[in-house]
Amino acid sequence: MTIPAGSLLTAQDLRKAYGPTTALDGGEFSIHPGEVVAVMGPSGSGKSTLLHCLAGIVMPDSGTIMYNGREVTAMGDAERSALRRTEFGFVFQFGQLVPELTCVENVALPLRLNGSSRKEAERTALAWMERLEVDDLRKKRPGEVSGGQGQRVAVARSLVTNPRVVFADEPTGALDSFNGERVMELLTDAARSANAAVVLVTHEARVAAYSDREIVVRDGKSRDMERVV
Amino acid sequence: MSIGHTLLGLLESGPRHGYDLKRAFDEKFGHDRPLHYGQVYSTMSRLLKNGLVEVDGIEAGGGPERKRYAITEAGITDVARWLATPEKPEPYLQSTLYTKIVLALLTHREAGDILDTQRSEHLRSMRILTDRKRKGDLADQLICDHALFHLEADLRWLELTAARLEKLREAVTR
Ligand SMILES: Nc1ncnc2c1ncn2[C@@H]1O[C@H](COP(=O)(O)OP(=O)(O)OP(=O)(O)O)[C@@H](O)[C@H]1O
Ligand SMILES: [Mg+2]
Repeated sequence: MTIPAGSLLTAQDLRKAYGPTTALDGGEFSIHPGEVVAVMGPSGSGKSTLLHCLAGIVMPDSGTIMYNGREVTAMGDAERSALRRTEFGFVFQFGQLVPELTCVENVALPLRLNGSSRKEAERTALAWMERLEVDDLRKKRPGEVSGGQGQRVAVARSLVTNPRVVFADEPTGALDSFNGERVMELLTDAARSANAAVVLVTHEARVAAYSDREIVVRDGKSRDMERVV
Repeated sequence: MSIGHTLLGLLESGPRHGYDLKRAFDEKFGHDRPLHYGQVYSTMSRLLKNGLVEVDGIEAGGGPERKRYAITEAGITDVARWLATPEKPEPYLQSTLYTKIVLALLTHREAGDILDTQRSEHLRSMRILTDRKRKGDLADQLICDHALFHLEADLRWLELTAARLEKLREAVTR
């Protein structure tokens, strides 16, 4: 396959079926460093499946994913899991913080898993929490903060390892428009200044308007709208 | 809305007389404002002059309403180009977009493509507004938000339409 110059993440002809259900059915696109790309399309069209494949969480049945010159679709489980821990960050719609840990411990967790000391990890975590304007919540547990606050904590956690790609699946889905937009603003500002790419699944146009461009998924087929227009 | 393109699109399924074209237009798109015969004939003579239609036959009896028109290759290309070009995002687009989607269904083109292309064009405007909002003061933010909510409403309508394409296809091709 031909990989466009300077691309960080490339998908080519991904296919995935769950029994009789076709979840992904081809298409190709590339994502460049520092770019915010929205993934849009109707419910059930395959957006989450696409995101999970790109992030190396789910293996497609066929097709190729290249990340920074390495073929993700040829990696074993351990290699993909290391890739996720060191290069990627994740934000989901809800239920992603560990309820037993405080907010700062949650944000520090990815660093701890990568072997940082507690003190060091929490210092970095707190800096990110300040950036996302939630440092005053450091000692609270996820059950004691609001949905919008919890999302900001989750965004801080997704960025704490300085990932090159943040994968976000409906990160504002459970928030009102004011808080949703604030989370988008903070996420995209932080990602841009860290030169991290963001792959953002959303069905809301006002949220997608924080992206640089969009990929549309329809019936499992992805279309890079920049190439079309 | 472009009456010329709409009439051209209706001709794609086969040659028709002027009065037949008017009837098809009124039935599918003219709900509260049917076309005047005069509009049909002035539009058809313009399309004829531009080579987008040709006269396919003239019924005995004379008079302009007796002409039967057929679309030319250039006409088909013109319809395709119109359908593929997104509309400038502005309020009250629905009649043009509705017309485009129905014509795409009638002429067996991909109606979903019209929706995707238009979404892209809307998002282009919404990104500019969002950027202005991020850099602006509170007054800018409020003004941009108003425009953003309106553009979003258009898109939500488009998306709902897309979700109902199969039903719409059944209804318009009946
Ligand atoms: N683990 C799974 N097992 C079986 N089927 C699945 C699984 N995950 C997804 N699917 C199916 O694959 C298709 C695509 O699902 P996916 O979750 O990717 O859609 P989506 O675009 O994210 O939808 P939504 O906007 O509702 O979140 C659907 O038909 C879904 O039912
Ligand atoms: Mg999903």
